[in-house]
Amino acid sequence: MASSAAARIFAIVLLAGLALVPALAAWLDQPFWVTLFTRILIFALAAMGLNLVLGFGAMVSFGHAMYLGIGAYAVGILSYHGVDNGVVQLGVALVVGALVALGVGAICLRTSGMAFIMITLAFAQMLFFLAVSLREYGGDDGMQLKGRSLLGPLDLNNPTLLYYLAYALLLAVLFGFWRLVHARFGMVLRGCRSNERRMASMGFATFRYKLSAYVISALVCVLAGMLMANLTRFVAPSYMAWTVSGELIVMIVLGGLGTLIGPIAGATALLLVEEALSSLKLGVPWLDNLINQHWLALIGIFIVLVVLVLKQGIYGWLVAKKP
Amino acid sequence: MTTGLFFTQLLNGLQLGVLLFLLSAGLTLVFGIMNVVNLAHGSLYMMGAYFAAAGFNAFDGSFLAAALFAVPGTLLLGLLIERIVLANLYQRDHLDQVLATFGLILFFNEVVRFVWGASSVYMNVPSWLSGTVNLFGLPYPSYRFAIIAVGLAVGVGLYALINRTRVGMLIRAGASNPDMVSALGVNIKGLNTLVFGLGAALAGLAGLMAGPIVSVQAGMGEPILILTLVVIVTGGIGSIRGAFYGALIVGIVDTIGRAFLPTLLRELFDRSVAQAVGPAIASMLIYLLMAAVLALKPQGLFPVKHG
Repeated sequence: MASSAAARIFAIVLLAGLALVPALAAWLDQPFWVTLFTRILIFALAAMGLNLVLGFGAMVSFGHAMYLGIGAYAVGILSYHGVDNGVVQLGVALVVGALVALGVGAICLRTSGMAFIMITLAFAQMLFFLAVSLREYGGDDGMQLKGRSLLGPLDLNNPTLLYYLAYALLLAVLFGFWRLVHARFGMVLRGCRSNERRMASMGFATFRYKLSAYVISALVCVLAGMLMANLTRFVAPSYMAWTVSGELIVMIVLGGLGTLIGPIAGATALLLVEEALSSLKLGVPWLDNLINQHWLALIGIFIVLVVLVLKQGIYGWLVAKKP
Repeated sequence: MTTGLFFTQLLNGLQLGVLLFLLSAGLTLVFGIMNVVNLAHGSLYMMGAYFAAAGFNAFDGSFLAAALFAVPGTLLLGLLIERIVLANLYQRDHLDQVLATFGLILFFNEVVRFVWGASSVYMNVPSWLSGTVNLFGLPYPSYRFAIIAVGLAVGVGLYALINRTRVGMLIRAGASNPDMVSALGVNIKGLNTLVFGLGAALAGLAGLMAGPIVSVQAGMGEPILILTLVVIVTGGIGSIRGAFYGALIVGIVDTIGRAFLPTLLRELFDRSVAQAVGPAIASMLIYLLMAAVLALKPQGLFPVKHG
């Protein structure tokens, strides 16, 4: 799919556009844009991670927000105890994330279809309630971080630098996934998407492939969670609320399921629409007020319409239009 | 801990269990026969509670009015949702259904905030159920006891409907092979709508019954939706029997766990440890239970036997 010219142009324009955001924000004197777009990049990263299982493996995980939470809480809890070395935090987060993903994945992947959706959701809820009950670390209200992660010479308190760190990670994961999806591993995974029984009878240990994909996708979300904690200097159970898992899926479907660029496009589109609706100024006070307060209702309708009408997502639609 | 307290908590667990059963029966039927996942089921429950509160407050405290608002109201709303959104998604995969109904949840939460405001709405226990009943020398609130009775009655009614009537036979047949049922001349679309409406009405009933004992507010459907999903997965997706036993197990384990686990841990471990992990483990208990069930029986405790 990615071979068509329109798709390639779209991908290049999107990625180049994202690279120029801090410059544009500085030029137009809108420093808020950098924060907004860092958020977009972080969600794009998480959505891309989820897309590995959702899009390429057809495993509808409704619980990936919990890995965002693990990443965020790894930063939060370690910094609470005075460990603010970013590399240590990264190591701990990835190890914890991998262990949780291995355990959760091994149980969840015993089921498929509907049960898989529900059990991944249930595990995410379990972790959510665990976070809520951690009174030491803020409980329900979350906790403010003392400082951002220390990464040698990189000062994450500089918003532009944090932006480009997120951007670099996004590109790195994009490249890694591009290689992964087109390698043997990705082919087996996509084979399982079409017909797992056939793959199994051809001799592939499909469970191991699916579990590996699950763990990799979880780790990308852990990474996104760490960035999130550093962006907001705040961790809270709401990072792993089930609606976040839902939003990640919306981003993927909106952008284009099972494409590499799709999740990035979807995250950008959804978060920009949310931002636009929540601060919309049409000049009609009562209508503005209504939309700014109840924009989630419009997002809800928007999601239903995307599902009913735009079946292949933005990117898939672009690609399909031109042969 | 005294025996009396234990039994009270057991009854509370049973009460949560039957409430969960009202919700999971509808959801599991919809899934079993139409192969559709409807996350907006929790929203139907929420709307049921709001309709009930509206009826209750409009007719100065008449519980009957609340019931007449809640159950037919959610029934109609359910039919509307089915016709407008879900009927277009029967042929699509679960992902699309999950997404569309997720969108509906966001929509309904905001509608409720818009119409009834952000703060919670109250409705009281009807005066004729405000006392206590005496169960073997144990005083128990009549209203909670009424919930248990209604839930069990619905369970018996559903059992009779599914296993003893012609419609029930068609529902069972539709669940195993919709194409064949349709080929035999049964209006499967109508059957789908009927089942969805039944599920919605049950969710509305659950909302009505829960109205006086929980705070009726936007988003109240989500926690209970997730419990309902746990029930369905534990019991076996698509099985009414599984939903019934699953709901009781989840209701009782959750309530008993929250009530007694922290105290129990305090006797086993250091006070500070128990205080830190007690509530955490108690709130995770049902998910651990579900994980254990699925690790041993991926199809759930009472899987549906097809074929």
